[in-house]
Amino acid sequence: MELDLKPAVDQSALFAFLVRLGDNALILGHRVSEWCGHSPALEEDIALSNTALDLIGQTQLWLGLAGEIEGQGRSADDLAYLRDGYEFRNILLVERPNGDFGKTLMRQFLFDAWHYLLMKALQNSSERRIAEIAEKAFKEVAYHLERSQDLVIRLGDGTDESHRRMQAALNDLWPYTGELFASDDVEQTLSAAGVIPHPQSLKSGWDEIVSTTLSEATLQKPDDGYMHKGGRRGVHTEHLGFILTEMQFLQRAYPGAVW
Amino acid sequence: MYAQMVKTDAARVRSLDEMDPVERAFQERVDAGQKIEPKEWMPEGYRKTLVRQISQHAHSEIVGQLPEGNWITRAPTLERKAILLAKVQDEAGHGLYLYCAAETLGVSRDEMYEQLHSGKAKYSSIFNYPTLTWADIGAIGWLVDGAAIMNQVPLQRCSYGPYSRAMIRICKEESFHQRQGYDALMRMVKGTPAQKAMVQDALNRWWWPSLMMFGPSDDASVHSAQSMAWRIKQNSNDELRQKFVDQTVPQAKYLGLTVPDPDLKWNEEKGGYDFGEPDWEEFFNVIAGNGPCNAERLNARKKAWDDGAWFRDGLTAHANKMADRRTASKIAAE
Repeated sequence: MELDLKPAVDQSALFAFLVRLGDNALILGHRVSEWCGHSPALEEDIALSNTALDLIGQTQLWLGLAGEIEGQGRSADDLAYLRDGYEFRNILLVERPNGDFGKTLMRQFLFDAWHYLLMKALQNSSERRIAEIAEKAFKEVAYHLERSQDLVIRLGDGTDESHRRMQAALNDLWPYTGELFASDDVEQTLSAAGVIPHPQSLKSGWDEIVSTTLSEATLQKPDDGYMHKGGRRGVHTEHLGFILTEMQFLQRAYPGAVW
Repeated sequence: MYAQMVKTDAARVRSLDEMDPVERAFQERVDAGQKIEPKEWMPEGYRKTLVRQISQHAHSEIVGQLPEGNWITRAPTLERKAILLAKVQDEAGHGLYLYCAAETLGVSRDEMYEQLHSGKAKYSSIFNYPTLTWADIGAIGWLVDGAAIMNQVPLQRCSYGPYSRAMIRICKEESFHQRQGYDALMRMVKGTPAQKAMVQDALNRWWWPSLMMFGPSDDASVHSAQSMAWRIKQNSNDELRQKFVDQTVPQAKYLGLTVPDPDLKWNEEKGGYDFGEPDWEEFFNVIAGNGPCNAERLNARKKAWDDGAWFRDGLTAHANKMADRRTASKIAAE
């Protein structure tokens, strides 16, 4: 298949970036799917499995492209199922445990607001295949954001208990949001080449969505204190190992089997 | 069958001559194949029977998310994971249409949940069995959804309009579910010996519970006869079970599997298979709450409901605040 990726673009940077995108979608999709059949309302079961399904679909596209760029014959499944934790490049936010439903929704909202802006910007990527995937993902992500934002507002401005839970979720997760805007050589190289927006360029848009939403939700935006990071270079929390143990069980227990 | 042994409150099926003119007119419409719609007059027994059957069916869809959801995080490929997610999402969607269909009969979803959680309402016995390996996910699609389709295809012609229409939509999705299950197993039996053994093990465990889904023989049941007279039910349990066996045995052979029934034999004369009797003692035990997963399934549903109370209360409180604010701003504007 013709890749239509200009040789001028650093292929290893491209691979690294695509794996970061794919791993974010995969691990968040995994977390969201853990709710299946256990959520507080039937409509939420449907919405969550739909969100997880979108994220797994995006994983297939991002990791599939990453494998092609790498050129070592690794498929999206190989990347998802046959790497160990230190090779995963998702941000720590998405591997945070689900907690109560409020925490799951808050994690989704903080991620969606960023994901939305990134997919919007990636539609203008100088790399056609990236722009095409972003165009498809953007439609899905716009809906994810609409939904998670709406629920954060309603629950923040709901009962005292729902307000308290949403504020606690926000406080817990806030230190994991800094990594959304972190950058290293990969992002520097690719943003300079017009392949991706610079991560920092998404920050003001994210701040605006988050501030407006939290204010409508009557929630207090935490101060930007210490921010956890590490996932993007393969240094994860202890949670990721268990996610992978579960996710990769069949591929590891029956090496080479076709499913 | 997602609804098993639904009671009708009937002592016997009455003839047209025994009915008063209103009920007789109703029965004649049913006999003529017309649909009964929510606002129309219907016998109380008909309404109650439908509420029991539709809610049992809806509960089965919802509880049915659990055994399959059990493997979403462990699905062996991204594609299988996506297919399973889509399937479980469809099932929650089926639950939603069915609860809506039942609501047209004057019962709320919350009331139906309450009946499920208290143990008063049942769900299909099949979902009280555990999913122990990935092959169980394929087996559920092939056998459980296969048995469900056997029951649901005739339900598309049910006399109650909302139920009939919900079934038309559901049947389209169920046939995709069955195909994906069979496809997953096909892939496995073509794979390694360990994969094939896993599929045979799944068939060994799911075969009899699948036959039990149709319920015990109901040829002598007054409830079944009444349900048939009302055209809620179209076929006897034994007819559907026979049809299922006749359809499924060749599929098992095609997969190279052995059906775990020593009495299974083609009967040329009847043009169908003879087969052994399921263990009805096991069935009644599962119905009575003693199946391998009854407690876990019900507790999972109750926990989801109880833990989610604050969420639902929060949304209700917000909706009320918004309504108050709208009223206040309207008053201010006047």
